[in-house]
Amino acid sequence: MAHGPAKGITRWLYTTNHKDIGSMYLWFSFAMFFLGGIFALVIRAELFQPGLQIVEPNFFNQMTTMHGLVMVFGAVMPAFVGLANWMIPMHIGAPDMALPRMNNWSFWILPFAFAMLSSTLFMQGGAPNFGWTFYAPLSTTYAPPSVTFFIFAVHIMGASSIMGAINIIATIVNMRAPGMTYMKMPLFVWTWLITAFLLIAVMPVLAGVVTMMLMDIHFGTSFFDAAGGGDPVLFQHVFWFFGHPEVYIMILPAFGIVSAIIPTFARKPLFGYASMVYATAAIAFLSFVVWAHHMFTVGLPIAGELFFMWATMLIAVPTGVKIFNWVATMFRGAMTFETPMLFSIAFVILFTIGGFSGLMLAIAPADFQYHDTYFVVAHFHYVLVPGAIFSITAGVYYWLPKWCGNMYNETMGKMHFWLAFIGLNVTFFPMHFSGLAGMPRRIPDYNMMFADWNMISSVGAFLFGAAQVMFLYNVIATIVSGKKATDEVWENPEGLEWTVASPAPYHTFSTPPELK
Amino acid sequence: MLKTARGLCAWLLGFAVLLSSNWVLAEQTEQLKFNMTRGVTPVSQDIHGLHMLMFWWCVGIGVVVFGIMFFSMFVHRKSRGVKPANFHESTILELTWTAIPFAILIAMGIPASKSLIELYDTSESQVDVLITGYQWRWKYEILGEDVSFFSNLSTPRDEITGFAEKNPNYLLEVDEPLVLPVDKKVRFIVTANDVIHNWWVPAFGVKRDAIPGYTNESWAVIEEPGVYRGQCAELCGKDHGFMPIVVEAKSEADYRAWLEEKKAAAAALAELTEKTFTFDELYAKGEEVYNRSCAACHQASGEGVPGAFPSLKEGITVGPIEQHIDVVVNGVPGTAMQAFGEQLSEVDIAAVVTYERNAWANNMGDLAQPLDIYNHKQGK
Repeated sequence: MAHGPAKGITRWLYTTNHKDIGSMYLWFSFAMFFLGGIFALVIRAELFQPGLQIVEPNFFNQMTTMHGLVMVFGAVMPAFVGLANWMIPMHIGAPDMALPRMNNWSFWILPFAFAMLSSTLFMQGGAPNFGWTFYAPLSTTYAPPSVTFFIFAVHIMGASSIMGAINIIATIVNMRAPGMTYMKMPLFVWTWLITAFLLIAVMPVLAGVVTMMLMDIHFGTSFFDAAGGGDPVLFQHVFWFFGHPEVYIMILPAFGIVSAIIPTFARKPLFGYASMVYATAAIAFLSFVVWAHHMFTVGLPIAGELFFMWATMLIAVPTGVKIFNWVATMFRGAMTFETPMLFSIAFVILFTIGGFSGLMLAIAPADFQYHDTYFVVAHFHYVLVPGAIFSITAGVYYWLPKWCGNMYNETMGKMHFWLAFIGLNVTFFPMHFSGLAGMPRRIPDYNMMFADWNMISSVGAFLFGAAQVMFLYNVIATIVSGKKATDEVWENPEGLEWTVASPAPYHTFSTPPELK
Repeated sequence: MLKTARGLCAWLLGFAVLLSSNWVLAEQTEQLKFNMTRGVTPVSQDIHGLHMLMFWWCVGIGVVVFGIMFFSMFVHRKSRGVKPANFHESTILELTWTAIPFAILIAMGIPASKSLIELYDTSESQVDVLITGYQWRWKYEILGEDVSFFSNLSTPRDEITGFAEKNPNYLLEVDEPLVLPVDKKVRFIVTANDVIHNWWVPAFGVKRDAIPGYTNESWAVIEEPGVYRGQCAELCGKDHGFMPIVVEAKSEADYRAWLEEKKAAAAALAELTEKTFTFDELYAKGEEVYNRSCAACHQASGEGVPGAFPSLKEGITVGPIEQHIDVVVNGVPGTAMQAFGEQLSEVDIAAVVTYERNAWANNMGDLAQPLDIYNHKQGK
């Protein structure tokens, strides 16, 4: 108990403390969020009006690719791992993560992966320009030379994620405080446990597919080349076998965060804890049998098409259970609307809208019109931005006082929320319309019939970007000069994290807590 | 808070109204398009019906779920002095809200399955078109008719860069549209030459991946004559946004006339292969071909893009002419350099080779005649 953090830079380089590592993950993800955001703003600036004004088509493709990669692997996933590092030990009454040294390593390889990925922007031939889904043969035979750096960056990110997942499973299975049975764990712990299994199942598949690319590019194999007996569609099957569970990796922990916040501010227990756990497990299971709904137009046999359509629609059932549970939790509560609650409510509403468009996309014949248009872009941004980003933001506002001991500025938090909320909807809602009107995604220029929607989207995007700068300022101001927060922070919140002091001491639960 | 909640409500409702009123608007103004086109084929109309069915289901569910939420947010507020209830867990409620969505899904899935089966039935076609995607143009072949041609974007460069006013069909116009007869079952056989493309014409409800080495099929019965425009719908590299599709649907007689015209043009071109051209004729023609087929990668300046597309101011264009012709005709395997022997006529290739050897101060002083290209292709 006696020793605290080391001094200077070595504290961060050598640390095995889950709170330090959690903070580093969160700051790293924040930085990547801004980097990915800048890429997005380049895209929106070019699409502000028809014609080519700012960037060349090839650079535009690099921007869409890097935006996707940085946001998925750099912003969303590390943010959830950061929250897991901070909160899981405190949620289950454990002193630290089960494998602290591996924890250090799984973080510290990430900056190198992203330095490598970002460096491709300055290479001859440019950065990867084949979309974050990197379909072969565009990403193999026709790729710029930097693709090899991209492949190794993905390998490192994958290794980091797998180590993070192993650590989380080991911690949850072995280090729960006495009396913390599985069905007493906070939902954030549950959703992360399931997410960790998804990660271990699919990250090796991603590693496999990029290795196959590497072999095709440098060692003369033809996994994805029809001329050598391979099949470009094989790439898509393997990629989406990773890619679809990946989508849930980015949303399940969000369910956990929101399930913690809504009961606190509704002052009422979560309506159906057990059914939430089962619904999460059901979603995770289904995520393995729906991957080809991303591939309705590649020419699957009709039996496959029907199977994947019905399986995908089925996901709406457990997802619906979750939404209804949150609504039932709010119902007849005594609600207040602090910033975390605002973000959580927006999460429920906007994620549901994203779910609706998801249901529409599941209808295979209709997908023949939606596929690869802005309708799809609208759909997955509606599930990812309010889904992943809003829930992470809600989590940061909710737990920041516990982390740093200071209360954030509520007025600024609310302003951040409304700006982000309006910015998000102004950006992404019109994309439904441009997509339905027939605008394909990933194009740098378009006919004038899509001009109005694109201009609105671009304005919204810059608004959303400005809101996030405000978020950054608010977080820094809180840490530097926020008012002192109480230990409980909120009114009777549930969870072991609120039983320790604010800020949480460097070592918590060195002696296991007593559970009532 | 009340004000914000109301504002939110009004705002979401506004969007719903906007979306639902779209077909009224869409007919009146062409500028603002909200919704999916109904299209002109049985399949596209089916899809539109499904889309609207799904949309109204979602609106219905949304009204109920969001209605309860907003009611709760309005009424169950601490500031109104309410005491929180403490109820949780209810098996009956849980079962209900599992069973009802399940039933709704079945109601959605059955008509969708029916449409899908219809959409997949490409049998008994009357016209067969082989469509091949190239980086960044489409090739059409009317099977059994000996008609085959490439279709390129025809929007002038100046309109893209903003030096000229954009015409209404900006980026949705081609030099050689595909012509099809109305009221006939047309089967599309879709494939690609290099990377994956996707042939999409919204008005037909046809969107099929064009995959190198594999074929996909789709079909359409076009019920109204007209010009229908679409775009490539799968990222296929730099000029993915610049390979539109234009289909003109005409009466059977006009379609036949178009076929004859195409055949006559092909015969005339074949005759030209035997003609000997002057340097100036080849150079002028070559510049035109270069800008259409080569400049996208190698740039109008011939300098290429370092690291991606080689410069033509060095290398093969200033080496032996046989090698130069070989690269243009057969391409360079494993790179983005395609085999243009199939895509361009002998005259075009002779012209572009002549142009490349003499433009940008290359000044090689030699030229290629169409017959040289023909002989090269024959292996002589």
